[in-house]
This record gives sequence, structure tokens and C-alpha cells, in this order.
Amino acid sequence: MRFLETKELYKIYEVGGQEVHALDGVSVAIDRGEFVAIMGPSGSGKSTFMNIIGCLDEPTRGDYFLDGIEVAGLDRDELAEIRNRKVGFVFQGFNLLPRTSALENVELPMLYNNLSAAERKKRAMDALRMLGLKGREQHAPSQLSGGQQQRVAIARALANEAPLLLADEPTGNLDTKTSVEIMELLKGLNSASGITIVLVTHEPEIAAYSRRIIRFRDGRVQSDEATGSS
Amino acid sequence: MISLPSTIKISFRALRVNKMRSVLTMLGIIIGVGAVIAMLAVGAGASHRISGQIASMGSNLLLVLPGSMTAGGLRLGAGTRATLNIGDAETIVKECPAVTAVAPILNGAAQVVYGDSNWATAIFGTMPEILTVRDWNLASGRFFNDQDIRNATKVAVLGQTVVGSLFGNMDPVGSIIRIKKVPFTVIGVLESKGQSAMGQDQDDIIYIPISTAQKKIFGVTIPGMVRSILVKAGSSDDLTASERQITELLRQRHRIGEQQENDFTVRNLTQIMQAAEESSRVMALLLGAVASVSLLVGGIGIMNIMLVSVTERTREIGIRMAVGAKTWDIRFQFIIEALTLSLTGGILGILLGIAASEALSALAQWPTVISSLSILLAFGFSGLVGIFFGFYPAYKASRLNPIEALRYE
Repeated sequence: MRFLETKELYKIYEVGGQEVHALDGVSVAIDRGEFVAIMGPSGSGKSTFMNIIGCLDEPTRGDYFLDGIEVAGLDRDELAEIRNRKVGFVFQGFNLLPRTSALENVELPMLYNNLSAAERKKRAMDALRMLGLKGREQHAPSQLSGGQQQRVAIARALANEAPLLLADEPTGNLDTKTSVEIMELLKGLNSASGITIVLVTHEPEIAAYSRRIIRFRDGRVQSDEATGSS
Repeated sequence: MISLPSTIKISFRALRVNKMRSVLTMLGIIIGVGAVIAMLAVGAGASHRISGQIASMGSNLLLVLPGSMTAGGLRLGAGTRATLNIGDAETIVKECPAVTAVAPILNGAAQVVYGDSNWATAIFGTMPEILTVRDWNLASGRFFNDQDIRNATKVAVLGQTVVGSLFGNMDPVGSIIRIKKVPFTVIGVLESKGQSAMGQDQDDIIYIPISTAQKKIFGVTIPGMVRSILVKAGSSDDLTASERQITELLRQRHRIGEQQENDFTVRNLTQIMQAAEESSRVMALLLGAVASVSLLVGGIGIMNIMLVSVTERTREIGIRMAVGAKTWDIRFQFIIEALTLSLTGGILGILLGIAASEALSALAQWPTVISSLSILLAFGFSGLVGIFFGFYPAYKASRLNPIEALRYE
């Protein structure tokens, strides 16, 4: 069994009486420790695909297995549980809680995980230190630069020890220099800790950091190939 | 599931962000709870005063009055005919099992003189049983006994007001006073009873043996005649039975035929007072009900603000859901937030209500009684308001779609 596997995924919306196939039979398999970039023009279905593998959304038809769990058909709370234990999210807009310290933002997933307060704090401090944010634990997002905010978001994804990190245009709001830093960071995490990373981007330079690129078009996988990246 | 301390922490932070808004929202609950507490205190104060008056009158009392006299076609009202006598009183206590004590009364007003001071007061000729009937005790000296009744001795027991008017701070026991120019020896002083339910000073009274009153003070047309008979029933449950037994007995004694009207009336004093107490209780409940409407309005204010809060924080809710918050984690968070608002408002409202009651009794001289039950009730009710009006916003928050919530600007 692969770490992440979809079989004939369909996502069909009804828009004005017309069926729209956001996903039209997508079968993809990803192994533990891979670093995959998903590319494609807007409307190609890459965001829908990300939402489904991130357990934020459910397919209309098809099967999805994540770390041995059959995800299709689970209810809201079961999906929330899987997101909590298996998935860390990094968004384009960072999505940190405002007026809340970096430390508490990193602790957030663990709040819903029955970890003791001491354990939560220890893990959050470790993750922040690893991402070079030592000394900024008590800063609110508004007091941090974009690059630092994205590091806090990555720390949040790591601290809960989820095996899958989903990054949706993580560098979309960052300048080139900071984008390079963040991508180097993700690449380093992938090779050092073996965390599986799935990244959505439309920039080839960003996709080049991954080791495999899956291209979507019209809800289907158009191409799936390894990059030269080591 | 998220832990309670974390949830409370999150709620407090969210409420602190909008301090002004939180305080204004709470104001509705503060005023509502304050009004409920103050109204219940006023109501409880009123019924407390009435029940105090019932206790001072003597409990479980019936009053038997003679019938009305008809003179030339004019009926002159209750008590105008001399139809009751001492024999009636003695038979009532002997033959009515529901009755525990009776005191026949022959009363009138008279000028009382001691030394160079004088005072107009009520003179009550009665029997020693009056103390039992009216639950009254002596402050000093002794009460007259059966021998005084038999001998029609000239002894008097004074109420506190009479003592104050005639003797000032002196001890009156042993002194001689003149009632309608007849000298009486003061043998005892009654404890103070204060005002009656009708506002009369119950201490402005002198008790003398009924035989003395009949023979030496008022003089009676029919031997043994009395003006009224005060009857004490065994318990409040015995009142109706006593009333029936007395009526039957007196009809028989007075030889009243089937078709004839009674030549006496039996009044249930305790029942009259209890009705007054009951009506003051109902009044208090009504006031409380009106006040709780404002509590309801306060609750709607909370719901309103919570709905605004849920909309404002859609993105936050999306983030929480994305990292694993379940349906009840989200609901819990918003319910706790509403509960924090309503309970904080409740506590402040209780303080306001206590202050308002104190102010009412200080400024308007209304008696107020704040019971711990009403405080508990108000606190519990504000909690219920928080949960009830917090639930819908919390439910709405928990039903958001995480993808749309994350995209919300």
C-alpha cells in the first residue's frame, strides 16, 4: 500500500444546471518521503485535488487512501481527526490566527489533540527554534515579516508531527529572495526528516525544487514526471 | 477534544479584543439580572413584613362577633347586638375539638390617669388565655389569673405604649392608675408587638379581668355579655374545621332555626392575612417575570453579537477546522464565549441588584429581602440564557465549510 493513493477520483459540481467535472478520474500514488509539485493552469483541478487529499473536501466518486486509511465516506469529525494527525497545511496567505503569538499559533493543532500543555509548549518551541524563529515566540503575526510568518505556519505543520505537508502556493505572497529561503527550507526538511511534501504552484522555478511534477489540465493528470532535482 | 481551560482562555482573548462591544453586550444581562434581583427583593420584603404581622397578631386566629341589631328596619352592622356571652366562650373551648384556646373580650376606650399625666387608650377586659391566643409574652410582672377573674379584682396589665405615655422610663408594676376614675393596681407589662397589619399600634392597650370590665368599667345590659371572642385553632389546617364547629355550636346554643340567619359572625383572621401575603407573593412574581423579560432581551443581544463575531471570525474558524478542530470544539468555543459574557454580566447584575435593593430600602423605606435562592436563580438563569442564545451562533460556526471559511476575506 502506497502512502497516498487516489483511484479514479471524480469531483462534480452542478453549476446552473450544468455538470462541471473539477476532477475527472484522477489516479495518483505518492510514496512516503516524496517531494511532489502539482502544476497546472487555473481551473485545472489542482486546488480541488489538494483539498481532497488534505481531507478538507470529499470526492464525488472514487477512492482515496492516506497512510492506510480509506478517507472517502468519512464524516466531518473523522476528517477533522485525520487532518489533525496526518496533515500539516501551509497556505499562500499564511493563515495564522491574528493577535495570537507565534508560539500559540504553532500549538494550535495540538490543542485539538489532547496533548498536555507542557508537551505542546516543548514541541512548539522546538519547531520554532528549528525554523530559526528563536526569540520571536511571543510575537504576533502582525509583528513578523512575510517570510517569518510562513516559517511559523511551517512550524505549525511540523510540531504536530503530521507525516504529510500540503503547501498551497507557499511563496505566492513572498519576494524572490524569501521564496528561495522558504523553498530551501522545505527541501531541507524533506530530505532531513523524510516528511512527504505536496506543493501546488504555477511557477516553474518553485516546482524545480521538487523531485516529481504532476501537471493537471481539465481535471485530469496531463503528465507525471521526475525532475532533475536531487 | 479541546480542553476547558484552553477554551476559556480563547474566549477571554476574543472578548478582550472588543472590550467596548463585550461590555455593552453584557449590559443587557447586567440590567436584566439586576432588575430580577431587586424586584424579587422588594416582593420578598413585602411578604416578609406581612408574615411578620401575622405572627404578631397571633397565629391561626378566628374572631367571633355578635350579630347585627335591627332598629326600625335599619340593620346596624356586625357587633351591634349583644348576642355573645362568657358561656359561649367557655362552651367553644370545651366542645370544639379543633379549638385550643379562646379569650372572650369586652373592650372600650377610656381615659387613664396616673399622677398628673393621662392617656386615652383601649381597655380590653379578657381572660388569662388571651396570652396563648395572641402568642404574647409579659415583659415584667404577672398576668391576672382565674382568681382575679372570679373576684373581679382591680388589676391591669399595660402595653408598652401606655407605659411610655404614663410612666416614661419608670417601672409601672405596683403603681396605681385610674381607669374611668376607678383605681387599678398595675401588675404586669406586655412585650412590644409593634404595628398590626392595619397599621394600628398593638401596644396601645390595657388588659383587665373581664369580670372587672363588665361590672366596674363598662357595665353590661345583659349579664356575662362580651363584645367578641378570639379563638385559636390547633393549626392552620384546623381553621376551617374550627369555623364550622363554632358555627354549629353557637346556632345550637342560640336556638337558631333552620331558616334563620346567624346572630353572630365568624371571621378567619389568619386566612385574611394569608390572602394578603399570597397576593404580595403573586405581585413579586409578576414583577420578577416582567424583569426577566429584560433578561431575555439581554440574551438576544448576546446572540446578536455572537452572530457578528462568528461572521467576523470566519477565517479563524476555517484555520481551526483545517488543523483539526471538530464540530464540538468549535461549538464549545462559541458557547463558552457566550457563557462568559452572560455569567460575567450575571455576577455584575447580582451586585447591581443588591445595590439597587439597598438603595430602595434606604431611600424609599421599602423593606427588601435578598434571598440566596434569588441570587442562585438569577445566576443560573443568566447561564441558561448564555447557553441558549449562544447555541445558534455556535451551531452556525460549526457548520461552516472549511474551504470557504479559509478563503473568506
